[in-house]
Amino acid sequence: MSVRDVLRGIIGIELDENDPFGRPARRRTLDISHNVILYLEDITVSFDGFKALNKLNLTIDAGELRCIIGPNGAGKTTMMDVVTGKTRPDSGTAFFGQSIDLASLTEAQIAHAGVGRKFQKPTVFERHSAFGNLELAMTADKRALPSLVARLRDEERDRIADTLRLIGLGGEADRPAGLLSHGQKQWLEIGMLLMQDPRLLLLDEPVAGMTDDETMRTAELFVSLAGKHSLVVVEHDMAFIEALGGRITVLHEGAVLAEGDLAAVQNDPRVIEVYLGR
Amino acid sequence: MREPPLPPLLDARQRAGLGIFLAAALILVPALHLVFPPGHVLHVSTYTVTLLGKIMCYAIVAVAMDLIWGYGGILSLGHGLFFALGGYAFGMYLMRQIGRDGSYRSELPDFMVFLDWKDLPWYWAGSEHFLWAAALSIAAPALAAFVFGYFAFRSRIKGVYFSIITQALTYAAMLLFFRNETGFGGNNGFTDFKRVLGYPITSPETRLALFGVTAGALALSFLFVRWLVNSKYGRVLTAIRDAESRAMFIGYDPLWFKLFAWTVSATLCGVAGALYVPQVGIINPSEMSVANSIEIAVWVAVGGRGTLIGPIAGAFAVNLAKSWFTVSFPEYWLFFLGLLFIVVTLRLPRGLAGLWRAPRRKDAPPEAEP
Amino acid sequence: MMPVADFYSSSLKVPMLKSLLAVSSFVCALAAHAAPDAALVRRLADADSGVKVAAIRELARTPGPDVLRLLEAMSEGRLALAGGAVLIVDGGSAFDAATGAAVKAPENAEAVTVNNRIRGELGNALAALGLFDPDPAVRLASARKLQGKAAAGMEAVLSSALARESDPRIKDLLALTRAQAHLSSADPAVRRAAVRALSGSSSPAVRGLLLPLTGKDGEADARVRQAAISAVKSIDGRLALTENLGRAFSGLSLGSILLLGALGLAVIYGVMGVINMAHGELLMIGAYSAYAMQTVFRNHFPEAIDWYLPAAIPLAFFSAAATGALMERTVIRWLYGRALETLLATWGLSLILIQAARALFGAQNVEVANPGWMSGGVEILPNLLLPWNRVIIIGFALCVLLLMWALMNRTRLGMFVRAVTQNRAMAGCVGVPTARVDTLAFALGAGVAGLGGLALSQISNVGPDMGQSYIVDAFMVVVLGGVGQLAGAVWAALGLGVVTKLLEGWSGAVIAKIVVLAFIIVFIQKRPQGLFALKGRFAD
Repeated sequence: MSVRDVLRGIIGIELDENDPFGRPARRRTLDISHNVILYLEDITVSFDGFKALNKLNLTIDAGELRCIIGPNGAGKTTMMDVVTGKTRPDSGTAFFGQSIDLASLTEAQIAHAGVGRKFQKPTVFERHSAFGNLELAMTADKRALPSLVARLRDEERDRIADTLRLIGLGGEADRPAGLLSHGQKQWLEIGMLLMQDPRLLLLDEPVAGMTDDETMRTAELFVSLAGKHSLVVVEHDMAFIEALGGRITVLHEGAVLAEGDLAAVQNDPRVIEVYLGR
Repeated sequence: MREPPLPPLLDARQRAGLGIFLAAALILVPALHLVFPPGHVLHVSTYTVTLLGKIMCYAIVAVAMDLIWGYGGILSLGHGLFFALGGYAFGMYLMRQIGRDGSYRSELPDFMVFLDWKDLPWYWAGSEHFLWAAALSIAAPALAAFVFGYFAFRSRIKGVYFSIITQALTYAAMLLFFRNETGFGGNNGFTDFKRVLGYPITSPETRLALFGVTAGALALSFLFVRWLVNSKYGRVLTAIRDAESRAMFIGYDPLWFKLFAWTVSATLCGVAGALYVPQVGIINPSEMSVANSIEIAVWVAVGGRGTLIGPIAGAFAVNLAKSWFTVSFPEYWLFFLGLLFIVVTLRLPRGLAGLWRAPRRKDAPPEAEP
Repeated sequence: MMPVADFYSSSLKVPMLKSLLAVSSFVCALAAHAAPDAALVRRLADADSGVKVAAIRELARTPGPDVLRLLEAMSEGRLALAGGAVLIVDGGSAFDAATGAAVKAPENAEAVTVNNRIRGELGNALAALGLFDPDPAVRLASARKLQGKAAAGMEAVLSSALARESDPRIKDLLALTRAQAHLSSADPAVRRAAVRALSGSSSPAVRGLLLPLTGKDGEADARVRQAAISAVKSIDGRLALTENLGRAFSGLSLGSILLLGALGLAVIYGVMGVINMAHGELLMIGAYSAYAMQTVFRNHFPEAIDWYLPAAIPLAFFSAAATGALMERTVIRWLYGRALETLLATWGLSLILIQAARALFGAQNVEVANPGWMSGGVEILPNLLLPWNRVIIIGFALCVLLLMWALMNRTRLGMFVRAVTQNRAMAGCVGVPTARVDTLAFALGAGVAGLGGLALSQISNVGPDMGQSYIVDAFMVVVLGGVGQLAGAVWAALGLGVVTKLLEGWSGAVIAKIVVLAFIIVFIQKRPQGLFALKGRFAD
């Protein structure tokens, strides 16, 4: 275990990994000077010989709302795993902005740098109240010891209350999240993402299990978030994708098959072959 | 709309309960022990004082175990190791307090004379000082837990794997302490203590003082852990228990949250061990046996995980039952203990505390598997 | 047995000429089977031990049935002195030792005393005579007995025995022994040649013989000393090698038992995600099955007692399997998905099983004997004896492993088990009866553990607590080997067994165990894949 690890974990000093004198590092700042927030280059991930991602290349512009579609096993979830640090690529590079190498960071560090993620299956802290879930997600000092003495300030309380209202859980603040409906949990998880205030949101099937009405409200919310945030949405629901109206990337067998707006993609013969041909 | 401000550490009833406990331990028991002569109906015997003191040490361990298992979802089958480390560290001081009153009339502890050692090993340096020994009984288990925990949590060992590796850890330590060459008295460990801080260790006054200190330590441990689990830290800890990857992806590094709880838990065990040794008068490697460590888990399970008060009650219930069984029906104790493990896990997943609370909370959140 | 130094001082007194004479007289004796010389026989009863020893040595040079009978009688204390004649007493009758004529047992006969020194001498002499026995087994035993303690003046007997010997193994032994006898030669060249000849030995006894020759006190000639030093060194090397081979072998047999324990544990963990803390007690059930079957055979079929062990195989398997199935049905079934609580519940089961064994069989260890065909061993190198019980255990484990492999890969049940291991929900959807598969897999794992216990009963104590000492090791095998693959368990078990035993020789058992556990903890830092053998897209 290195001194750096100990200092980071115990007294919360982050040392610059490249500084021979071990001086504290500045907070990682996201550099989007080329207007690109995420670069994935030649990413390959294989599980026991099966290539989940095969030289995947993908760039997301800052403020963009991108939809990703593709048949099962196309590598959509694995792509998100790579970006969030859950899976390390066998080869290839993943950069967040111009300067943050995602391969060198842990999941928590990537979250700190500004990547938020929503799972395919809604994952919330079931034993915590809806309020508590948002509180834990809120941007704050998230190291172990500072959290011992952390207290909620009034403006933070208000921010949580606003978000609860926004996601339609204003009346459920004190309910344990485990007792919420499936759709409510989806919304709660989206609310947690908002509290985290990430620069890049990865959303894996965010409207699964929602009513049509809820789906359309979600689409509105996402469209309103784009610009300030960048969003990557994986979905199967074509109506939802249409409502989002962003660029669409089609993944197939771990690589990009096609990219463009909805009409272009729907008319692409390779896409039709993949979805209908077999 | 607003969530109420953080609840006070204890509500009125709990404050009263704590007051009654401290009054009983610091005033009632000493008074009954000293004022009434042996044989009197109201006399509290030395045996009872020692037994209750011992069980209070176990209750501290139960609180420590509840922190890591009940709130952290990490089942340790090696907490006996930290308990014993604390006990051995303080036992070194007690051995030095024997001075030249041992059977060999030597400055060295008897077992070293027996092994024909001429000097104290280096790690015994300073053990004649009470404060050093007390510090060591906290630092040794904390350091052991920190180093082991760092490596285990960093490589993301979880669930049953973590449990069986902690089991192997305490097993290895037990083998190590069984060796005479390790310098901790081998099989026999430390015993035949004479004094603590210069006072005779078996006198009623010393016993009662130790008893009172233990009661205070139990109350403080309880309050400290309660404060810990009610803080934001505690809520993150349970969040990591229930959905580790969610916690990671919103920016919490589970390593340090788990490691802190794990180290605090081990340290409390060390304190309990240090208080246990002067009261029971012996510490030997069997305290590190796997069976002992697993028994700790059953106190917590019987009392109810994640309630703090429950595990304390569990430690009392199981250990009182144990001392009754081992006197009256020694051959049935293991049957009883075995059945207890099974019945509690099958029928009472929330323990005694669950029985107590079940009728009042209809809309309790679903039981999450830690 | 005579101390080496003593052997030296006395042997140097014997002149070479006398040996030569002895050879010629021996050759004549072979032809004539002459009765022992009466004067010589009389000296056997001399008051002075030194005279007795010399007489015994003399007699040993003239092998023959009479001498054999005489010396045997002496070693059994049946030699008596009556009126100047030495008599062999045989129950009520007696006869003259020199002439063989029957005499009346006299009243005032005085038994010839045999002290320890003489007893040792007699043993050597009888062994030397045994070299001429028609039965090769007796000759081999005699040659072995003489190894490392060949007395002075025996060169001649050894040479003649060597000349007559046809069995190559006995020949080798005899040549070695003769070289030992030559060590006491007065000629440094002969001694040096003998030292060289002995340097090829791997016997600790030979090493003991050579050791005094490496110092100035034991050997005057510098060149002989030099030869002795290098000979001791090369013997040491071979001894260390055979010792380590022996340890590796016992490690292999320990590993086989760990394997039998870990196989079941791994199958159960793979299928149900359950660590069965009562697994050690299933081993115990297997071991007590051996004990029970042994008792049944002792009481009812004492003539077939050697076959109790094969008869116990089905008992061990089915009693452990039945216990396992019962455990699964009554307790573990209700705890699916709660792995940590299952850990505690199975621990509770183990306590109950331990106490039940105490109640049924007593708290003390019981005695389980090796059947006759398992005692002894096969000597593959001098000084490296592989005990049959361990050889058979390794073979047995191999058979169980093969059966298990066949079961998992060639049968429908095996297919179901593998399916449930990989994806319980999907297996259930396509019609695999998961509940039945669970019970059967648990019973199978338990049964294999029972077989492990049966094997364990042959090399270790059988008692109520026996399972506890093996279970930590079995867990470590599962941790090391990863889950869901037999190969991982096999390598981990055998590796762990061998490494533990080798370390034991180097550092003692306790340190070895600690080192191994520390190694495992470090290992899983570097290769957590050892833990999580299945890699892929899994939610937590």
